[in-house]
Amino acid sequence: MAPWRALRATLVVLVALFLLAPLVVVVVISFSAAPFLQFPPPGFSLRWYDLLFTTPAWTNALLVSVELLVPSSILATILGTAAAYGLVRGRIPGATAIMACLMLPIVVPGMITAAALFGIYRGLGLNGTLTGLIIGHTVLHIPYVVATVASALRVQDAQLEQAAATLGAPPWATFRHVTLPLIMPAVLSSLLVAMILSFDELIVSLFVSSARVRPVAVQMWSNLLGDFDPTIAAIATVCFVFALLVLVADLALRAGRSLRPA
Amino acid sequence: MKTLDSRAWLVLPAGLVLLITFLLPVGWLLSRAFTFPQPGLQNFALLWERPVYLRVMLNTLTISAIVTPVTVLLAFPVAHLMAHGSPRLRRWLIFLVLVPFWTSLLVRAFATAILLQRHGVINSFLLGFGFIDEPLPLLYNMTGLLAGCVQVLLPFVIFPLYSSMARIDPACMRAAATLGASPVRAFLRVYLPLTLPGLMTGATLVFISTLGYYIIPALLGGARQQMISQLIQDQIATFGNWGVAGALSLVLLAATGAMLLLLQLTVGLKEIAR
Repeated sequence: MAPWRALRATLVVLVALFLLAPLVVVVVISFSAAPFLQFPPPGFSLRWYDLLFTTPAWTNALLVSVELLVPSSILATILGTAAAYGLVRGRIPGATAIMACLMLPIVVPGMITAAALFGIYRGLGLNGTLTGLIIGHTVLHIPYVVATVASALRVQDAQLEQAAATLGAPPWATFRHVTLPLIMPAVLSSLLVAMILSFDELIVSLFVSSARVRPVAVQMWSNLLGDFDPTIAAIATVCFVFALLVLVADLALRAGRSLRPA
Repeated sequence: MKTLDSRAWLVLPAGLVLLITFLLPVGWLLSRAFTFPQPGLQNFALLWERPVYLRVMLNTLTISAIVTPVTVLLAFPVAHLMAHGSPRLRRWLIFLVLVPFWTSLLVRAFATAILLQRHGVINSFLLGFGFIDEPLPLLYNMTGLLAGCVQVLLPFVIFPLYSSMARIDPACMRAAATLGASPVRAFLRVYLPLTLPGLMTGATLVFISTLGYYIIPALLGGARQQMISQLIQDQIATFGNWGVAGALSLVLLAATGAMLLLLQLTVGLKEIAR
């Protein structure tokens, strides 16, 4: 068994390096003093972060990204939570098929969704508008909310809701005071996922955005197609740290959920 | 007849949003294949006749067919250690795989590019230690594309594989050993078949994701590794040729659907939800 264990350990270390080394290199380079992507960097500086937060193209992009992710993630969470509740508790005939349809935006390749929205938006004048981007991001991220909240609802005891209803609570009060507190960690977790996915989304944004309404991912993309410089490493580090914070928040939510007495 | 619970209506808003802003637009795009510039099947004839289109479609299939087994092979030891290592190690490994999983695809593609550049980290390292005399061409070719795809898709296999492995009863392996099977034989005949649901789910996810990839081939691949999503983008943005774009989308969607159907018939799609 020993040689197999050694082989397994070696491979795991290599895969771990393969997964994490690129991210570490980006973070290190973002603090580089050199004007190009040199590793290891010759010295430490914050000039690329300074450039990032003083260049209007980047600050505008950050603003657009926030204006986009806040409404789209909230909309996706509300619509997705309602749909999951209806699907799991509503005794709908063909609920499985409806659920599968709601998952389609994950399965359909991004380029198809992007091209389709771009084509339809042309007639509606929605290309290059924040509204168009918000609609696209909302529909893309509803499936993640539906999946997360539906699986949380399935493990909750439906009898608690029946008990509340039997004791005379109207449906909304039952949902507000019994169901929602129980599924809150899942709802918040899917809100976080929708936020991070919206911040990172590129393909739909690439088609639908314009030079004026341009989220961070698209601004990064247009810089990446030119010459790489450490400003991209700086914005990439900002994205990475944002993702890391959201991940830790999500893990904390999940831990809270499993610690709660069943 | 069973009366519909009033809560069922809550599905309606999301359903309508999906219909209006997703199903109808995608349907419209696909219908272009048969109606643009004039009704008929001429767009599909073009896909078949023009060597460029055929080459890109074959390219896409080949790349997915290479990426899938490589990713599964690399994911296997990680999932195995995650499932059978100590709880402490498991938590670390899960976190280690989750971090890149949550990081934007664009950031990871860019990071891989820095590593693989002509004067990037890997080439400097190899040159510095005298393993090579000339920088290796690692970026804007098949190597860069494959490295990027495998890097990004590893978690999609690791997690389903781990969940299959964690459910394997250790008694099965002990029983095989007691009955005289060598460790290798027990692994191949008992352990491996039990991991198949997770393995197939992961492999299918990797295959269909690669089929539709745009960012990775555009950033890390070269002109000769053009993939189908890049062609669709090109047809619309450069040529305004919605007919060919629709036909290509239909081909891509059909390939994706066929793979999912295959998974449904072998393992069942419920596995994905786990």
